[in-house]
Amino acid sequence: MSFRLSYRADPGNPWFSWQYVRDNSDTVLAALRDHTTLTLRAVLIAALIAVPLAVLAYWFRPLTGPILALTGVLYTVPSLALFAFIAPYLGIGVATVLSVVVLYALLVIVRNTVAGLNQVPAEVREAAEGMGYGRWGRLLRVELPLALPGILTGLRLATVSTVALVTVGVVIGRGGLGQIIFAGFQNNLYKAQIMTGTLLCVLLALVLDLFLLGVGRLLTPWLRGRAG
Amino acid sequence: MNPVQQAVVWLNDPLNWTNPGGILDRLGEHVSMSAAAVLLGCLVAWPLGLWLGHTGRGGGLVVLVSNLTLSVPTLALLTILPLTFLGFGRPAVVVALAVFAVPPLLANAYTGLRQVDPQTREAARGMGMTGVQVLGRVELPLAVPYLAAGFRTAAVQVVATAALATFVNGGGLGEIIRFGFGLSIAVGGGQILAGGLLVAGLALGVELLFAFVERLVTPRPLRRARSGAGRRAADAVTGS
Repeated sequence: MSFRLSYRADPGNPWFSWQYVRDNSDTVLAALRDHTTLTLRAVLIAALIAVPLAVLAYWFRPLTGPILALTGVLYTVPSLALFAFIAPYLGIGVATVLSVVVLYALLVIVRNTVAGLNQVPAEVREAAEGMGYGRWGRLLRVELPLALPGILTGLRLATVSTVALVTVGVVIGRGGLGQIIFAGFQNNLYKAQIMTGTLLCVLLALVLDLFLLGVGRLLTPWLRGRAG
Repeated sequence: MNPVQQAVVWLNDPLNWTNPGGILDRLGEHVSMSAAAVLLGCLVAWPLGLWLGHTGRGGGLVVLVSNLTLSVPTLALLTILPLTFLGFGRPAVVVALAVFAVPPLLANAYTGLRQVDPQTREAARGMGMTGVQVLGRVELPLAVPYLAAGFRTAAVQVVATAALATFVNGGGLGEIIRFGFGLSIAVGGGQILAGGLLVAGLALGVELLFAFVERLVTPRPLRRARSGAGRRAADAVTGS
């Protein structure tokens, strides 16, 4: 008990310190910028690959099983192992971190997009066909818009988990805010530094999530009345 | 020599397996750490999930818990817990890993009880069963496949996350990868790749083992109905 009290009263190692944030604003902001750009690039690249892949799985039913199974197996591979597989080839740098997080984000988006596309009612599809839409017209004008809620759920999940995953990049020294957290740990367990990095990570995830939620509401006005 | 050949050479050196701090030591640490974490997670999540599912309350709480843990970086939790009263060392790592085991266990326990046909529940009540009897004799047996699926997801998740324990000097197979990176890629490339193979192999092995267990404990009539829709619902809740 006395140990805990003395621990808590320790003035040299507070849980949070504005002093630390002020004195190190350059480093912290640079890490935050690094983290944000890495996340946004990763999600963007992942979406550009995942949505066509999901459409492929939707159009050619026999491909659905293999694509989902492959993504499932890849998702089982631990992130650190994925770093270990990719780093010997791409070296120590942004390319490695980006590949790993893109691979993970890819799986989440593919799954949710396929689910979204499969939710399109058969009658709607038949009606579109009856109105003379071809395969592409139907996809762009009917099916993808109706699958938007699923796609956006995938994007949000992918974004939030990517923010968390980027921190694992510390293994090759490119972990964004993870560098701040890890440096705090090595810095004799400097709590203020660790907490600053962690809080910024969670905040970044929250902000990006809310942003995507807002975008989703703007893009799907027909759902607004129903949700409220 | 390319990294794959280097990895094969590294894995073929018996000393790398049997040395103190070699593969066998690290594997033991990894498995014991993960097992303790999953057990701790079960002790917390199952009673809570079963109770919430039985009473039908707290669906929002279950979603909130899984969303919250998704956004907290593993690394942050691993570094923060040693700063609390848990102190620096194995207990803090196990608790951190258990936190990541809770969402799939909780969500599946909850879903498992909620998916029980209300008519079945009513029939049990009509037969004069008390709340506890309904839970123990009707709801729980019907929820076993979901509990097993949650256990599998949690075990795989924990084994994967335990690889990161190396950042807080917590041991486990992740150490092999981090030591490799410490040597630089040119020298340690083989060791890095070998470590990655071991970690990924362990995770896939655990997945296969518990997928088999899941099949074993699922009563035959429930197998066909569950394999498609139920599994997908459970996956959607855990966000994978």
